[in-house]
Amino acid sequence: MSQMNMIQALNSALDVMMARDPHVIVMGEDVGYFGGVFRVTDGLQRKYGEHRVLDTPIAEGGIVGTAIGMAVNGLRPVAEIQFADYIYPAYDQIVSELARLRYRTGGDFYAPVTIRTPCGGGIRGGQTHSQSPETLFAHVCGLKVVMPSNPYDAKGLLISAIEDDDPVVFFEPKRLYNGPFDGDPNKPAVPWSSHPKGEVPEGHYRVPIGSAQVVRPGSQLTIVTYGTMVHVCTAAAAAMNVDAEIIDIRTIAPLDAETIRTSVKKTGRCVVAHEATRFAGFGAEIVATIQEECFWHLEAPIQRVTGWDTPYPHAFEWEYFPGQARVRAAIEAVMEET
Amino acid sequence: MKSRLHVPRAPARPGERSDFSYLKLSPAGAVPRPDVNAPLSELQPLATELVRVLDDDHRAVGPWDPHLAPADLELGLRHMVLTRVFDDRMHRAQRQGKITFYVKSTGEEAVSVAQGMALRPGDMLFPSYRNQGLQIVRGRKLVDLMCQLLSNTRDMCKGRQLPVMYHWREGNLFSISGNLATQFPQAVGWAMAAAIKNEDRVAASWIGDGSTAEADFHYALLFAQVYRAPVLLNVVNNQWAISTFQSFAGGEAGSFAARGPGYGIPGIRVDGNDFLAVYAVTQWAAERARKGYGPTLIELVTYRAAPHSTSDDPSRYRPKDEYERWPLGDPIERLKSHLIALGEWTEEREAMLMKQCEDEVSAAWREANTHGSLTGGPQLDPQTMFEDVLKEMTPNLARQRMQLAKELKKS
Repeated sequence: MSQMNMIQALNSALDVMMARDPHVIVMGEDVGYFGGVFRVTDGLQRKYGEHRVLDTPIAEGGIVGTAIGMAVNGLRPVAEIQFADYIYPAYDQIVSELARLRYRTGGDFYAPVTIRTPCGGGIRGGQTHSQSPETLFAHVCGLKVVMPSNPYDAKGLLISAIEDDDPVVFFEPKRLYNGPFDGDPNKPAVPWSSHPKGEVPEGHYRVPIGSAQVVRPGSQLTIVTYGTMVHVCTAAAAAMNVDAEIIDIRTIAPLDAETIRTSVKKTGRCVVAHEATRFAGFGAEIVATIQEECFWHLEAPIQRVTGWDTPYPHAFEWEYFPGQARVRAAIEAVMEET
Repeated sequence: MKSRLHVPRAPARPGERSDFSYLKLSPAGAVPRPDVNAPLSELQPLATELVRVLDDDHRAVGPWDPHLAPADLELGLRHMVLTRVFDDRMHRAQRQGKITFYVKSTGEEAVSVAQGMALRPGDMLFPSYRNQGLQIVRGRKLVDLMCQLLSNTRDMCKGRQLPVMYHWREGNLFSISGNLATQFPQAVGWAMAAAIKNEDRVAASWIGDGSTAEADFHYALLFAQVYRAPVLLNVVNNQWAISTFQSFAGGEAGSFAARGPGYGIPGIRVDGNDFLAVYAVTQWAAERARKGYGPTLIELVTYRAAPHSTSDDPSRYRPKDEYERWPLGDPIERLKSHLIALGEWTEEREAMLMKQCEDEVSAAWREANTHGSLTGGPQLDPQTMFEDVLKEMTPNLARQRMQLAKELKKS
């Protein structure tokens, strides 16, 4: 075990997989010589050579299009899209090609491509460096969509993603790269070394895709969340002295509904939280699932905590971000209803 | 002077006289054949000239003559005739309501057949939807193609794809998408992987003139050049994208092959209805790719004699006699005349070949229908629709499958 932040954990996952499997290659803008703008691919080109860690043109559609062709020819490309906000030029290749190749060929062709991309706000990135577009991919049949909330899960999930024969879109909440973030930008930054999930094995291990985790057991209400909001919700609940069961879903698709169901049937109250916008956001799917499967166990209407239905505004980043106050209000609302 | 928006016009619309004066032709045998390792500056003229081998007297002339043995020419003719007969029969099957949709390749058979023959079986092909000749060259059984068209119990796509969107893993023929141009960067990626693995296999892909407007075309050229990928990027310029003339994809500004040099890739413009020229140019580009000199952009100048698809009526947007006046003729007629000029072929043998192909297609069609169609016979189990979404079926999909099973039981 060693202490790693999320960047180091992701780097370690790539290193472990490149060492184990010569078919794994890394590609993307600035990932090679420079090691990536967030340093996730640091040192990999020096270690594995420029044929396995490819700097690419600034052309996301070309990156994913060529990655598909490489995967069809036996490689396992891990493509980086520098910011999730830049993924849209590749959307057609992801949605119409990558996601449906196995289906449209009856399983004869498939493309095991992993697309890594930093997402989320909290770094003063404005509307083009802060988005959380996971729902746009969760809605697409044939994709797996993952978003870890800590270094341990990040490494184990990325290894699972690379080994997976299905395409995976892997979202990395960039505000969590260097430490857990509880939603208060004015507090001094906390490093991952202070968090148990900053303890990461150096070798190969997997965290299974499609499996949620109860990060804090509790009895009074269930908070279903993922990514940065795991830490915001944990802090908000702790400050309120409520016994919340907090579920980090970790995989958006396929969703581990069973873990959510079991918890909500126990607590009868639920808050669903994500950083992405509210309308038709992934929270709506979670709420609908709970409504269908746990309706008679509910003691109060389910509350959603989300970003507002606006683009991510540069100047009002912290008024936009669903911080502890918004989580608190939602917890109060579900706890009040009788 | 003020600017005035220029809107391209087709050279002729219904009721007007067909006009091909825009088409720049070179005499057969006139274009030099540079070495495959020649510098780009020396290759530049290939992008605007027109490589032709068959002259007006049906002789093979000039440096691009691939000197194919008569047996290979006969095989090429046979593949083209079979493609045309197959197309005609399947088009009729759509008109009879047996299949829902079809796309003919009439008039452009030399593109797929000559290119397919010039490549090696291990080379990976990323076709568009009008490349059925590639399937035929690679030896795909007609009955397999027909079962796909019928979406029946033997459909390789398990009933999930529109007719003509074939694939064949063993034959190194990639899946046809139905979305345009997406296969172009995929072919480049496949070729990049071949180069990473240090193999001598090459990739080839096909796209229409209209689809070159898509960003994927430009990604493909860029990535192919940057990494010198061993890939043949083929633009089938058949003049028409449904009703949209090729000038709306930039054809007025010059040739499509000329896009290549702008990216640092040689572009070759070739007479797409000249079997020998297409073969020679493909062989040249494949050798270039295999030897590590990188990609080639090939523009195959041809004419879409058929409607875009069975859902299209070209009489509404182009003169009825346009194909008759097309200056590059018919690829089958031209190869046949060449074989006759060589003394290797006769009208009788041609008639016999036609009969053989018709019988082969009819027999395959009868067999394919025994495996069912959308309107009768054995049927695919609708519950298979939940398979292959992902490698393993998710609990969510398993539940939906059970729900469908209940619906089916009730109805």
